[in-house]
Amino acid sequence: MAKTKTVYKKSPGLSDFPLSYCPGCTHGIIHKLVAECLTELDVLERSVGIGSVGCSALNYDFFSFDMFQAAHGRAPAVATGLKRVRPDTMVFTYQGDGDLASIGIAEAIHAAHRGENITIVFVNNAIYGMTGGQMAPTTLVGQKTTTSPDGRDPKHSGFPLRIAEMMATIPGATYVERVSVHNPKHVNKAKKALKKAFEIQKNNQGFSLIEFISTCPVNWGMTPKDAVDWAVDNMIPYYPLGVYKDRTKEDNA
Amino acid sequence: MAKVLMKGNEAMALAAIKGGCDAFYGYPITPQNELPEYLSKHMKENGRVFVQSESEVAAINMVYGAAGGGARVLTSSSSPGIALKQEGISYLTGAELPAVIINVMRGGPGLGGIQPSQADYKQITRGGGNGDYYLYSLAPESLQEAVNLIKESFDIADYFRNPVMIAVDGLIGQMMEPVDFDQEIPKWDLKEKTWAADGMRGKRDKNVINSLYLDPQDLEDHNYKLLDKYNEMKANHQRYELINMENAEIAIVAFGSTARIARSAIEMLEDEGINCGIIRPITIYPFPSKAFDEIPASVQDLLVVEMSTGQMIDDVKIVNEGRYPIHFYGRVGGIVPEAEEIVNKVKEIVGEK
Repeated sequence: MAKTKTVYKKSPGLSDFPLSYCPGCTHGIIHKLVAECLTELDVLERSVGIGSVGCSALNYDFFSFDMFQAAHGRAPAVATGLKRVRPDTMVFTYQGDGDLASIGIAEAIHAAHRGENITIVFVNNAIYGMTGGQMAPTTLVGQKTTTSPDGRDPKHSGFPLRIAEMMATIPGATYVERVSVHNPKHVNKAKKALKKAFEIQKNNQGFSLIEFISTCPVNWGMTPKDAVDWAVDNMIPYYPLGVYKDRTKEDNA
Repeated sequence: MAKVLMKGNEAMALAAIKGGCDAFYGYPITPQNELPEYLSKHMKENGRVFVQSESEVAAINMVYGAAGGGARVLTSSSSPGIALKQEGISYLTGAELPAVIINVMRGGPGLGGIQPSQADYKQITRGGGNGDYYLYSLAPESLQEAVNLIKESFDIADYFRNPVMIAVDGLIGQMMEPVDFDQEIPKWDLKEKTWAADGMRGKRDKNVINSLYLDPQDLEDHNYKLLDKYNEMKANHQRYELINMENAEIAIVAFGSTARIARSAIEMLEDEGINCGIIRPITIYPFPSKAFDEIPASVQDLLVVEMSTGQMIDDVKIVNEGRYPIHFYGRVGGIVPEAEEIVNKVKEIVGEK
């Protein structure tokens, strides 16, 4: 019998609960990265995730460690409340763009503003997914949704909000990066960014936010392959990838 | 410890520290500002957490986070701020998290005013946020009683795994009175918080703090579990005081500051030969229905007195079940009724007979 070698296995940070995401949605990849980073940093046993309202609302079932389910937009406040009384926990929020960029923008800004030692995992797919594809603050100009049937008109609904750029302007934020998970190379880059964000928290260096460019094949009305191509061709040009803030370098300088 | 003279809001803040409060999250609003101001200094001194949040909405969700992590946590506000906190209060009850919420009430609706009021009675006792839930709600009439109840409220919240509301008005928040912080308070039989989500640490399986039940049967079961808790509050944890009821012809029903003013009124009435008593709800949820079963045969009328247009009168009618004629006297707008006004109302009722 040939010798076998394990080259890949599911992270212990993930439970056996079946994921509820649509085919082609990148939430699954982002969950995997969160679980792998916390495992590799050896902090699973003291991690607490704060879920939000949206497609990832059930993620408390998908991770294998302590979780909260928070009200729409309020995850950074919940994370603040928890982290302040239990500073030795690793606390992250997992929020979509409807949750963070719209109803919860104040909580996100002020958690950064206070320099809370937490990490925000921000998933931007330019649309409200769970409620059926309505316009989000991040919906691109001209993008058709159920509440922008003729395409987003900036004269009517404003321009899409660039969260990473905005959060980077906040003095209290330590680390802000935008990444994408549209191919293996970028998945690896995204993992490095997320791991750095968690390390910053582990080292008590303050607030970090990683914005993930994500897909929504069902509400975009595309196949998974076309959705990935659309994200690369349309989202990344408006939401450029890269590090927007890194105060750890300033601190070391 | 000897009595100390303190301002109401500050005394309530110190009571929270003495009650074992680990963390305070709040947002400024008049007339309760001295409470967070006091805590901003003294929580830190005691190695505890104080955060001034960006809004009432954030504050109550910080409470949710800390409570879910197993801490004893407090927020305070005044009427319009409590309105903003209702969403989070609903989530706290849904996730069965303990917390103490002090509401130093002012007049409304809307921005209203900054003077004392009791017009949040329905906001407090009817849930206020979405869904089927209630708060164990205590309405002290003096600073000493407020201090004692706040100290005890952290135990009560932990016991029920439910938020406790301390309902006072701006009068109690702003007055100064001598207070003894070392009076004995009841101790509750508390279990370890094995449900808290603050990291597994190799000791247990994962915990989830959640109020989401997508399966209707699961949610119905959860609602009935909560109902059992509220029924236990009603059956075993009503609190009230009966004052001068032995030969009373008229019973005034009043809570908080208004009950205290009614105490002066019944003394003045006694001088005029009118025997008047007071039924004082201390819990406004559960409403003390048992007090009404103890009304002596001498009583002919009930007079509800409130600093509102009559929000508690519905509960009095429900528990009274038509046994007595019910009269009402109230002042609103932040105007505190004077004892003479209550005296006049009682005399009017007696005169009509």
